[in-house]
Amino acid sequence: MIWDALIEPFAAYGFMRRALIGCVAIALGATPVGVFLMLRRMSLTGDAMAHAILPGAAIGYLIAGLSLTAMTIGGLIAGMAVALFSGFVSRATPLREDASLAAFYLISLAVGVLIVSTRGSNVDLMHVLFGTVLALDNAALTLLCAIASVTLITLAALFRPLVLECADPQFLRSVSGWSAVTHFAFLALAVLNLVGGFHALGTLMIVGIMILPAAAARFWASSVGGMIAVAVLVAIVSGMAGLLLSYHYSLPSGPAIILAAGVAYALSLIAGPIGGLGRSALGYPNIQA
Amino acid sequence: MYTRRTLLATAALTLALAAPVGARADAPIPVVATFSILGDMVARIGGEHIALTTLVGPGGDAHVYQPTPADARAVSEADVLFVNGLDFEGWLDRLVEASDFDGTRVVSTKGMAALPFEEGDDHDDDHAGEAHGGHDDHAGEAKGEHGHSEHGHDEQGHDDHSEHAEGDHHGHDHGAFDPHAWQSLEFAVTYIDNITAALATADPANAATFYQNRAAYVAEIEALDAEIRAIVAALPEDRRTVVTSHDAFGYFEAEYGLAFEAPQGLSTESEPSAADVAAMIDQIREESISAVFVESITDNRLLQQIASETGATIGGTLYSDALSEPDGPAGTYLDMMRHNATTIAAALSSQG
Repeated sequence: MIWDALIEPFAAYGFMRRALIGCVAIALGATPVGVFLMLRRMSLTGDAMAHAILPGAAIGYLIAGLSLTAMTIGGLIAGMAVALFSGFVSRATPLREDASLAAFYLISLAVGVLIVSTRGSNVDLMHVLFGTVLALDNAALTLLCAIASVTLITLAALFRPLVLECADPQFLRSVSGWSAVTHFAFLALAVLNLVGGFHALGTLMIVGIMILPAAAARFWASSVGGMIAVAVLVAIVSGMAGLLLSYHYSLPSGPAIILAAGVAYALSLIAGPIGGLGRSALGYPNIQA
Repeated sequence: MYTRRTLLATAALTLALAAPVGARADAPIPVVATFSILGDMVARIGGEHIALTTLVGPGGDAHVYQPTPADARAVSEADVLFVNGLDFEGWLDRLVEASDFDGTRVVSTKGMAALPFEEGDDHDDDHAGEAHGGHDDHAGEAKGEHGHSEHGHDEQGHDDHSEHAEGDHHGHDHGAFDPHAWQSLEFAVTYIDNITAALATADPANAATFYQNRAAYVAEIEALDAEIRAIVAALPEDRRTVVTSHDAFGYFEAEYGLAFEAPQGLSTESEPSAADVAAMIDQIREESISAVFVESITDNRLLQQIASETGATIGGTLYSDALSEPDGPAGTYLDMMRHNATTIAAALSSQG
């Protein structure tokens, strides 16, 4: 019974195993990045980036035709450029990071629409570029796992300065030369995870897995390390639950996975011990973060 | 002052439209077709007497097209606008509204016994109480569509869409029809009749030419129809299941007796579920289908994944919703139909 419901789909079908590996890979790579994005109040970066990569994808398309590799590399370059420029502006001027990112992503999106339109292509590039979790081939899986590894290693190396940057960027800037390195390395990681995820899984999927588990983890843990651990766990469980729901009830997989994460978020919101609604409603004092 | 002049000009234009026998007889009338296949048909009938603009060109996906200002201008200047109808061009209404189009809008599928929407719908026999359960039972679905084909033939010619929906035995609550009607050459004749009638009304001076073109074209269509029937008839009975990316071949299926299966729904925009993909893999294994077909306009990664999991090969590229470039294998509508049939037949008959 339990075998049939939980294990059999993965045992019987290669595409389910691949989808699961893909989910675990982005849970390990994208979700920790999402925790830091949330702590830096940049939770909407993912959506902005999905638009910012358009000119890169369009140029990739013009050069190499409908080649996903070329379009992904183009998207990566465009996303990186937007992240670097907005990171530079937010460090060098009083404009906040969200505003400078919004400015650059809008410019980038406009350039992208311009390129696509002047070339008169009728293929919806973004539609083609965004994959689905059910169609992961070896190349996409390798890409996701490589991104997850790079992300984890970089985060481990930069963990202290990153946490400091989230808490008190001014302080870090004044005591250490690592501030700029940390800032840009983190932005690069975010772009890498997002573009790789768009390519392999689609926008909703990657942005959702990046942000929702992080938001849920906020109600369970107070330390950054604890939040990352909870968030990764939530992401992996949501991925598995979503795939099984998609399998047993014929639901589209991407939305099913994100809704599973959404349920986890809602439960955390109500029942989470740190700042959850349920605790204050019952009159218990909230545990202070 | 300007208003009066505009009114006069409009009046003159209306008169010219009503009686274009004189000076306008030689000038080609501006017409617009929404996508490449329809454009090819219109070009065959109109010939040199029309100035044709096709909105979604070769290789374009009309399901998710975004019109440009140039399209709006073409539409606003057109005397006749040919559309497929059956909700195929979801973006069209806004375009027509935005462009102040005041000509004749011709729904080319008018008068057809359109096939009801089959994917993701409401077969209540599987997954009781579960709204998305429609496409687990693919074999059953295929049989269902064959049933529809006979249904369609009986009523062809004296049926309109709403009647069909009401009289239908499946209870389609969304009332949608499969728009890919050009995939049947028999229905193509209806397209041609609608196109010819509309052009003859818009340009009576050349009506005779249009009807001559129609006769020649219909003869070609009927010849190809016979050719495709012969091709399919030569296939063994158990080698008639075709797996492709999105559900664009319902009419081909109904007309020629091949069963088409697709993990993606009727529109290229829908997202498949794990259950769809698993059901498709099971079916390919059970029926030992050894070739699947990619489509020119869709993302084929999912299908390639299914192929590699089942050991099936990619049998070739089918053209469903758009022609190829003129020098490609499907440069015209008839070439497209022939290419699809021969590609399918070659891959299916070569399998062990």
